[in-house]
Amino acid sequence: MPTEPSAAASQLFCTGGGCTSKLGPRALARVLSKLPRPTDPDLLVGFDSADDAAVLRLTDDLALVHTLDFFPPVVEDPYTFGQIAATNALSDVWAMGGVPRTALNIVAFPEDGDLNLLGAILAGGAERVAAAGASLAGGHSITDDGIKYGLSVSGTVHPDRLWRNDTPLPGDALVLTKPLGVGIACAAHRMDAAPAGSFEAAVASMVELNLRAAALLHERDVHAVTDVTGFGLAGHLVEMLGSAYSATLDTLTLPLVPGVRRLAEEFYLTAAAQRNRTFAEDNGLVFAPGVPFGVQEVLFDAQTSGGLLAALPRAEADAYVAALAAERRAAGAPLPAAVIGVVTDRAPHTILVR
Amino acid sequence: METLDHTGKSCPIPVIETKKVLEAAAPGTSVEVVVDNPTAVENLAKFAQQRGYGFTRGAQQPADFHVVLTKPDAPAAAPGPAAAAAAGRRPVKVVAVSAPTMGEGDDRLGATLLKGFLYALTEQDTWPDTVLFYNGGAYLTTAGSESIEDLRRLEDAGVEILTCGTCLNHYGLADSLQVGGVTNMYTIVETLMAADVVIKP
Repeated sequence: MPTEPSAAASQLFCTGGGCTSKLGPRALARVLSKLPRPTDPDLLVGFDSADDAAVLRLTDDLALVHTLDFFPPVVEDPYTFGQIAATNALSDVWAMGGVPRTALNIVAFPEDGDLNLLGAILAGGAERVAAAGASLAGGHSITDDGIKYGLSVSGTVHPDRLWRNDTPLPGDALVLTKPLGVGIACAAHRMDAAPAGSFEAAVASMVELNLRAAALLHERDVHAVTDVTGFGLAGHLVEMLGSAYSATLDTLTLPLVPGVRRLAEEFYLTAAAQRNRTFAEDNGLVFAPGVPFGVQEVLFDAQTSGGLLAALPRAEADAYVAALAAERRAAGAPLPAAVIGVVTDRAPHTILVR
Repeated sequence: METLDHTGKSCPIPVIETKKVLEAAAPGTSVEVVVDNPTAVENLAKFAQQRGYGFTRGAQQPADFHVVLTKPDAPAAAPGPAAAAAAGRRPVKVVAVSAPTMGEGDDRLGATLLKGFLYALTEQDTWPDTVLFYNGGAYLTTAGSESIEDLRRLEDAGVEILTCGTCLNHYGLADSLQVGGVTNMYTIVETLMAADVVIKP
């Protein structure tokens, strides 16, 4: 049950949270490059590809996927925040092609904070973990000035059916399974500037598990998958393409949270978005003439609990989008998903936005 | 000059508060903004660039960045066909091809007519500035079209040939473009809005 936040709760919450709180990709890369590389040959996915989770081969037909994510509140309602944080943390396992099995809570909470708030956050998280078919099996908490919540999630995957984030093929269509702009909508909502329905649409997107989007993707011949989170669509696509491929994005087909292009033009933009723009433009993202500023910014908006970004053959992509749309319509939760671009051979640009 | 101290505030608050002040201010007004992180400076610079405001960097110490934004004296004169016509230049002509056929009725006839239209276009004394191809019009600039030669002739003479990228992708023609460039809806709208004459075969 969502609960009404108190004034004190609003003060604890709403400092700009969610995936807008992430360190920028450039700063992160500099720090990570100094860490020793793991050498275990059974570690199938580690630091190298900047993928969503680590994958360790246990046997020839079983691998462990493990990941964690946590952040400060992105919405005022504590139960909804718990749901969003859990949906976001679980997503990394689906993005690797795995199935989440266990989850552990990570909590930072003020010593003198209202424990009802904490209870609501954890209840929201537990609800989404249960909906994912995984077991919430414990956790750790510390006292801190501000609230932070997230989970460490473990799952399983067959080592041969693992989805990597950096193995697309030229000619693949790029599919995005959730609308962009949740960071912009939340920033505007915090300043009472979001148009009616915009914030609500963002929340509906952030609490939808990527469970079914991943399940339907397993029925397809898919080449690369990631989930779109703190680095924005542009940043995660840069990582998918690496130095081997390029892509063209069609802004006319991007699924968007209602109202976010106008809000971006009014500069409801987070610091994370500016860091993401700098990272993407430094890595070869270029705009065709005429792409409006509001549309540009949506590509850099940090997404909390964003959708899956997948590269797969065009016919497969069309069939996948149709199947996902049909299932969502039937469930009464019609989030938009779309083919948003195409992977090409390496070009002078990394991403051409048209 | 007014100083807005936005230290300790996270984006987008510094930009939004600065925007409110400048939008309410008289033309020519300058405000000094103080922020505590370089990303906020970048966001303010981006805002100034988008709005055509003046932007200068002042003292830049760690956690203490000063910038000055200046609202321009008067908005620039709006461009447009009327203004251009008054300037005495020749009218801008745009041909918009929105289907693989010309006119309504029999499609085979329509295809023959459109092929004839594009050939006849090359035989005119004055040529259009731009020929736009969208929706089924994308079939005319891609492999299998019988008008490629005519369109290349126009392109060689300086006529801009543009095909809608969304349409190429939709019809699976992205790798088949034979002539001209790929464009987007923003440029299509801009081209049509800036035209004095739009011809739709």
